[in-house]
Amino acid sequence: MKTVIVVGNGMVGYKFCEKFVAKETSEDYKLIVFGDEPRPAYDRVHLSEFFENQDAKALEMAPAAWYAENGIELMVNERVADINREEKTITTAKNRDFSYDYLVLATGSSAFVPPIKGVEKKGVFVYRTIEDLEGMLSYAAALKAKNPNAKAAVLGGGLLGLEAGKAVMDMGLEPHIVEFAPKLMPRQLDSRSSQVLQLKLESIGLHIHLSKATNQILGDDAIVGMEFGEDDVLDVEMLIISAGIRPRDELGKSSGLKMGVRGGIVVDHKMQTSDENIYAIGEIALYNQMIYGLVAPGYEMAAVAVDQITGKTDNIMAPEIDMSTKLKLIGVDVASFGEPFMPAAKGHSIIFENKTQHLYKRINVSLDGKRLLGGILVGDASDYSMLHQIYLNSMPIPSDPSQLILPAGDGGASFGSAMDLPDTAVVCSCEAVTKGQVCCSVKDDGNETVKAVAKATKATTGCGGCKPMVTDLVNETLKSLGKVVKERICEHFDYSRQELYDIVKMKNIQDYDELLDTHGKGNGCETCKPLAASLFASIFNETANKQDTIQDTNDRYLANIQRNGTYSVVPRVAGGEISPKQMIAMGRIAQKYDLYTKITGGQRIDMFGAKLHELPLIWEELIAEGFETGQAYGKSLRTVKSCVGSTWCRYGMDESVSFAIEIENRYKGIRSPHKFKGGVSGCIRECAEARGKDFGFIAVEGGWNIYIGGNGGATPKHALLLAEKVDKETAIKYVDRFLMYYIQTAQPLMRTAAWLDKLEGGIDYVKDVVINDCLGIVDQLDKEMQHLVDTYKCEWKEAVENPEIRAKYTHFVNSTAADENIEFVSLREQKMPAPWA
Amino acid sequence: MGLKYNASPNVELKANKMIDSILKEYNTTPIENVTVWFKAAAVTKFPKNGGACVKYNEKQIAVFNFTREGKWYACQNLCPHKMEMVLSRGMVGEDMGTPKVACPLHKNTFSLQTGENLNGTLSAISTYPVKIEDGFVYIGFSE
Ligand SMILES: Cc1cc2nc3c(=O)[nH]c(=O)nc-3n(C[C@H](O)[C@H](O)[C@H](O)COP(=O)(O)OP(=O)(O)OC[C@H]3O[C@@H](n4cnc5c(N)ncnc54)[C@H](O)[C@@H]3O)c2cc1C
Ligand code: SF4
Ligand code: SF4
Ligand code: FES
Repeated sequence: MKTVIVVGNGMVGYKFCEKFVAKETSEDYKLIVFGDEPRPAYDRVHLSEFFENQDAKALEMAPAAWYAENGIELMVNERVADINREEKTITTAKNRDFSYDYLVLATGSSAFVPPIKGVEKKGVFVYRTIEDLEGMLSYAAALKAKNPNAKAAVLGGGLLGLEAGKAVMDMGLEPHIVEFAPKLMPRQLDSRSSQVLQLKLESIGLHIHLSKATNQILGDDAIVGMEFGEDDVLDVEMLIISAGIRPRDELGKSSGLKMGVRGGIVVDHKMQTSDENIYAIGEIALYNQMIYGLVAPGYEMAAVAVDQITGKTDNIMAPEIDMSTKLKLIGVDVASFGEPFMPAAKGHSIIFENKTQHLYKRINVSLDGKRLLGGILVGDASDYSMLHQIYLNSMPIPSDPSQLILPAGDGGASFGSAMDLPDTAVVCSCEAVTKGQVCCSVKDDGNETVKAVAKATKATTGCGGCKPMVTDLVNETLKSLGKVVKERICEHFDYSRQELYDIVKMKNIQDYDELLDTHGKGNGCETCKPLAASLFASIFNETANKQDTIQDTNDRYLANIQRNGTYSVVPRVAGGEISPKQMIAMGRIAQKYDLYTKITGGQRIDMFGAKLHELPLIWEELIAEGFETGQAYGKSLRTVKSCVGSTWCRYGMDESVSFAIEIENRYKGIRSPHKFKGGVSGCIRECAEARGKDFGFIAVEGGWNIYIGGNGGATPKHALLLAEKVDKETAIKYVDRFLMYYIQTAQPLMRTAAWLDKLEGGIDYVKDVVINDCLGIVDQLDKEMQHLVDTYKCEWKEAVENPEIRAKYTHFVNSTAADENIEFVSLREQKMPAPWA
Repeated sequence: MGLKYNASPNVELKANKMIDSILKEYNTTPIENVTVWFKAAAVTKFPKNGGACVKYNEKQIAVFNFTREGKWYACQNLCPHKMEMVLSRGMVGEDMGTPKVACPLHKNTFSLQTGENLNGTLSAISTYPVKIEDGFVYIGFSE
């Protein structure tokens, strides 16, 4: 039996083990692994997720037990200190000796810390290990406790530096990025795209300082600032250095292996070092005179080394390594692939830039215009996977290559489907899974969901960047097999929402269990339950009290759950009109229960911080004062926002407030696939922002204009004109029909804007349905809407008057104690939930 | 719920310790280790196919009456995602045959049998055995 010793248990060292034990011949070898860190290998690529949950276990590549189960001897917390090549032994820092037949160096890199005066001060960190992050978290929390506006800087505006900048922001410190070069991500981006990226990052709150050489770090014991020039100082109380990496090549040096001039252990295409029994892989290996600071090439190296050692010597490293990258910063899309900078002699560039939307796209094509050579995407990288594949596989491109990046609809067509890729195209580079493997997994092995394919092939389980493409491939393959990719609600119902809507209505099924027994299977889940609840509400106007355990938590308790498990209370204030008397009553009640109050975007008042058992007490008092539920918790009408209109405004063409109140009272309580909002403006100055709502009315000369399908939120959208200059009754009728039609046909959790976008024929088709009655259903729609309007009930009134319903409002079933874990701190004379550290 | 860190500069350490100590409160208890059967409440106090929270000394235990399966389950009330005491208000359901609860805050789901996080990589929650006797719900603890 031969012994293989692996030095370093990082991502690549682990991958070596995984691939090694998968070999049939692995039983002929003994595998011993040493790791310098106190824990088994973890996913460094997703290190930043540690900020979210501080869950080191969640990042593990495999649990400690995995190594033992596979016959691997893993020794963590034990650094290898020396190699004796003659004797073929290693010595660890604990002074233990082990002999090897093959030695694999996977010692990776450490963060490079430039020799700046003062870097040893407290508050200066690097970003590489879990311990680094733990240190940062506790330092940042202590800082914030002293000074809530504390600032922190990141030295280095590269890929990793920007990720660190995001982490600083998430820790609640004011983030500053300090870069030596005159642009961000100098290795991947050209100047113009860098500028676009900078604008975007600044718009989300990152402060960027370019062309800054740091002379020294200021402070006595702990950092208080960075000095660039004489009078050029940035006050920061914490610094994360992200200035590149340095290979941990001490062992190579001390044992006399061939080294690169600037470090790294030289390997050939077999991953062999200058000693034939010693291999080097990952961020320590100098291949093609380069250190590759990415996991995908590291994994490939691991696979080559495994094959070489176990005798499959024809597997060698590819001569060229793809360094394309997509940045996984949340909120900003950045990607570069192939040759991002193109000397004019080698090819042509096509550039699309729109600074107002922080958008930049550049592709470089060969002089003959036939091949894609590389490119840069900032602001919208949704085309990255496709472009990257076209580049990697030298696929043909359109004769007008600008179509590849122009926004669809502006002369650009979405080009190329994932199915056009050759079978050999590697779609998941982390796990080296090809398009052919994904498709076969669907076709031959019967894996019909992305989840099943991921399990079988490991595709998407690395960085996850390939998920959209793999999803496409799975769906397209299913289609090509003649299997309809059905919009199915979940594993319990083999129907789309619309189909289930019809079933519930036609068969008059009013009970979830009955629906599941007759038309579904299994025991239901958090997807189909609230969906069914919404159907019962939309069709029978059933309140959320009747079948409360199939409701989302907000509907179940008729209140919005907040960060700390307390709830908020929102009474209806139709049209935003509220009398002084009502305000006093609300104020008195809020004060009595010590609630935090805030005016919402929908012109009403939100009261936060109510404990579960207080909800019925608060509502009892509100109802006594004449308030009713505002349904802020439901997927239902929120508010109809209005301007004061002709009642007060000198420009007003009509009474927008009266109309808003009427319409809000008309639609209140109606459950729908998603929440919906309305607005009414008294003239085209549009002070009520009615065109940003699901439905809006604007008073014009000669009547009302009706708009539908608008949206604020993450993807803002202006509403489209449904009808012009109609009288109030007609306006209401059209919107009744539009809403009813939407409620019946939309997919779950789809706002009207997305629905309208997907609807074939779009707004013109809606006009045909609700105005011209092309489907012959308007009478039905009118009747159904009138039924909903006529059967409205205030759910809270129902709840406080019914002792059985009231009984659920206690934190404990067996005690009247309150949840003592709820804690508040004060904020501007009110209260807020105490934050988690 | 929340732990303060706005009192003194080194409360972060304290906060972390408190999280640790809260988490230590909850340990999956196999039925053979049960030393105490705690009489929680009458069966009728728990909604059908839903849950409610039981207080046992300092512990908060979510107890679910999974009527469709005809089974009862108990687990910690604490969601490991944002450390909120909310799981008892979650919806019960089933994932390929595994009974589960979905946290009401962000819909992370956990197996009611093993406690493992089914749709992500959060740490597992602790589960406890439940028995029904004479119309009462009992939860088994080893401490
Ligand atoms: C925050 C962050 C984000 C990243 N994001 C991405 C990304 O999006 N995409 C991407 O492709 N890459 C990314 N990377 C880079 C990626 O993590 C590395 O390329 C990868 O971890 C390299 O693996 P490795 O095993 O070679 O080195 P490492 O993971 O560093 O592992 C080496 C291990 O060896 C140990 N060791 C060193 N010397 C010894 C010794 N003498 N004895 C015993 N043990 C020793 C070290 O302690 C370490 O645990 C990111 C890195 C960081 C830090
Ligand atoms: S929208 Fe017109 S009517 Fe309404 S407040 Fe503005 S200016 Fe006045
Ligand atoms: S924008 Fe909406 S979802 Fe986001 S933090 Fe504000 S209230 Fe919450
Ligand atoms: S707190 Fe439970 S899922 Fe987020």
